[in-house]
Amino acid sequence: MTLASILIQLLNGLAAAASLFLVSAGLSLIFGVTRIVNFAHGSLYMLGLYGAYSLIEFFGRTPLGFWGAVVLAALAVGLVGVLIEVLVLRRIYRAPELFQLLATFAVVLVIKDIALFTWGAEDLVGPRAPGLSMAVEIMGRRIPAYDLLLIAIGPVVLALLWLLLTRTRWGALVRAATQDREMVGALGVDQAKLFTSVFFVGSVLAGLGGALQIPREPANLELDLAIIADAFVVTVVGGLGSIGGAFLAAIIIGVAKAFCIGIGTVTWFGFEISFSKLTLVVEFLIMALVLVVRPYGLLGKPQAAQRAAEPAPRLQVPSWTFALVWLALLALVPLVADRYTTILLTDIVCFALFSVSLHFIMGPAGMVSFGHAAYFGIGAYAAGLLMKRFGLPMEAALLLAPLVAGLFAIVYGWFCVRLSGVYLAMLTLAFAQISWSIVFQWDSMTGGSNGVFGVWPSAWLADKTTYYYLALVLCGAGIVFLWRVLFSPFGYALRAGRDSPLRAEAIGIDLRGFQWAAFVLVGALAGLAGAVYAFSKGSISPSSISIAQSTDGLIMVLLGGVETLTGPVVGAAIFTWLRDVVARNTEFWRAVMGGVILLIVLLFPQGLVGGLKALVARWREQRA
Amino acid sequence: MSPTILQVEGLHKAFGGVQAVADVSFAVSAGEMLALIGPNGAGKSTCFNMLNGQLTPDSGIVRLEGRDIVGLRPRAIWRLGVGRTFQITATFASLSVRENVQMALYSHAGRLRSLLSRFGAAFGGEADALLDQVGMLDQAERTCGVLAYGDLKRVELAIALANEPRLLLMDEPTAGMAPKERVALMELTARLARARNIAVLFTEHDMDVVFSQADRIIVLDRGVLIAGGTPPEVRANPNVRAVYLGSAH
Repeated sequence: MTLASILIQLLNGLAAAASLFLVSAGLSLIFGVTRIVNFAHGSLYMLGLYGAYSLIEFFGRTPLGFWGAVVLAALAVGLVGVLIEVLVLRRIYRAPELFQLLATFAVVLVIKDIALFTWGAEDLVGPRAPGLSMAVEIMGRRIPAYDLLLIAIGPVVLALLWLLLTRTRWGALVRAATQDREMVGALGVDQAKLFTSVFFVGSVLAGLGGALQIPREPANLELDLAIIADAFVVTVVGGLGSIGGAFLAAIIIGVAKAFCIGIGTVTWFGFEISFSKLTLVVEFLIMALVLVVRPYGLLGKPQAAQRAAEPAPRLQVPSWTFALVWLALLALVPLVADRYTTILLTDIVCFALFSVSLHFIMGPAGMVSFGHAAYFGIGAYAAGLLMKRFGLPMEAALLLAPLVAGLFAIVYGWFCVRLSGVYLAMLTLAFAQISWSIVFQWDSMTGGSNGVFGVWPSAWLADKTTYYYLALVLCGAGIVFLWRVLFSPFGYALRAGRDSPLRAEAIGIDLRGFQWAAFVLVGALAGLAGAVYAFSKGSISPSSISIAQSTDGLIMVLLGGVETLTGPVVGAAIFTWLRDVVARNTEFWRAVMGGVILLIVLLFPQGLVGGLKALVARWREQRA
Repeated sequence: MSPTILQVEGLHKAFGGVQAVADVSFAVSAGEMLALIGPNGAGKSTCFNMLNGQLTPDSGIVRLEGRDIVGLRPRAIWRLGVGRTFQITATFASLSVRENVQMALYSHAGRLRSLLSRFGAAFGGEADALLDQVGMLDQAERTCGVLAYGDLKRVELAIALANEPRLLLMDEPTAGMAPKERVALMELTARLARARNIAVLFTEHDMDVVFSQADRIIVLDRGVLIAGGTPPEVRANPNVRAVYLGSAH
């Protein structure tokens, strides 16, 4: 590389870093004060792009029209953020953290469909910035003037934020709340107003980040989850709650990505390596490195110890009678149901194991995973590829696939168990996103965006009813096994570690070792679910490993209720069935699902099973 | 003379130029209750955390029954026979009182790695015996998360005794308890320690507890040991009076 091309890549990277910084700073700010990981933050970014596009069309492509549109779009997105805070989040600040998360997922679904309804499914290519569409010549290379402006905007916003946070009363409150929210509340500060205003500012930043991208990137419906993954990486690298850290990390990651794209394809020792396809991998490597050296990010501080949460309730062992009655019922269904129902039930059985494995790790083991689909998807792909590319018999592929998923869990888990809380959750999401990008980009092996076709079971399993029984046996065994493990010494040690890591260490428990083993165990079983699912569908698409799939899993667990064992199964059944029904009737199934989830979150903050149990208990009390 | 269990020599720790603990040496014998006292910021916690493996001293020697334990992780130190209670109780809130103690017993026996056996099937009798000793047997079925604070302290004591420790490290064992409960808990500790020949090192703010329960007392001020001896000796020591009463004479 010549000096000139290095400079170009550097400038490219800095330009890309600007939006990344804005979005991440907003995310960090909101998290710092409200302790809510706002998944919908990526949706706000997406709305920023769409909003800017429409407003430019409306105002006309003049400099005033363009900049007016960008600013108005950002402010409008800020109002959307306020709406989310007031209508949804404000009502559940006292609910468990995970429920708030579920609510923001629901908002993602709703916003995606609002965008689909308003702007359609086509990518919308925005205009170049009027007056800045020329290029500037630097060292013989042409750089878009707009990129130079973006490079300047990053530090300007950083400086403004810094002034806002250090020189105003509002900023002092935000900083105080970031350190100790309860204390600020105790001092008589109106928390509702503070939270709303923080949501507004954070959302404006997301919207601005999106709107500024309009000349560089077409508005499309996939941006919401794509940018949230990037923003998570940036906040984790920079340190949660640190605006300066977000800036530094955005630059590091933006520049590293630009260099990867700039390097392009290189041949080393006869191997062709396409660096432009490795951008996500590089992002991940940076994050992994930072987390190993500085677990709280470059400029982050160790999270303040959270005040004692409500202790998790004791789990109840499902009785054998209970399990057998249900198994018998499920075994009888195909005798009376039609083919369609049998296929739907097969799906439900697969997702039930997926959901139970996720519950195992996030409930009793206390490690929330935002990227559980990684193992489901890897299991599915491993099954398909072992059969199609390596010529293994279907049965062997099906049984080996969980081991492959487990192998990945060994690697990913090694990093993950070093972290806890939100950092852990974000790292799991990043791993899932890496896996997705590898699958998506490795065309020759995985079929890229098309996926793998013709993944059908052997002849003796080809009948849908027979395959349903296979799924029921395998996934049912997986679920029973996981439940059993929860009541074993190993499972108790995990619960003990969740309750008090300090005490666990003080009585000789190697908590990380246990957590790592748990990670591998659930990874393998999620892989089994994925493999069974793959053969039931006959094809595998990258969506099986996507963030959307991960969030589906979280929704299933949280919908059913994280505090009961049967909750995740009920959640998987209801979610899968509901999605099927809704998707058959409307194009906008996501919005309907999102609406239903929001309703449940607001009505049953303990999940469906937990909520029903509470209702039954109250009813009994009244009768007694 | 009872054998020395814990031997500390020339312990040093500085945080960014501030000498938190300087040249601290002392020893605890089997069956002995040694109180480590001193005003706030004297370095008691720093000292404690160097003994239990949470901090590594800059220099100095910590020997447990003759074995150097500097640099070992807390869980390794536990395996060598050190039980701990915390200033703010740390128990497993979602497990029952009995299960809390069983957890320590399972860990001590190296039996936590089993995936398929039922937890709780073993060590029930041992757990109940320990709970009986601390007076918590009648609450064995209750979930730790709902216990009163004083009861949690007793559970912690039972957990700490589960690995048949040679040494008990108790950081502010009676903090947050009612005065009456405090003396009761430390009387119980002293009784158990003597019966089982366990060395006990504890920090404590309540001087009634210290002077009534400790066999010996050492006094830390600004990172340095300024006095040591039996309760009457320490009570009469002018240095101690100066530190606690604020006047030199």
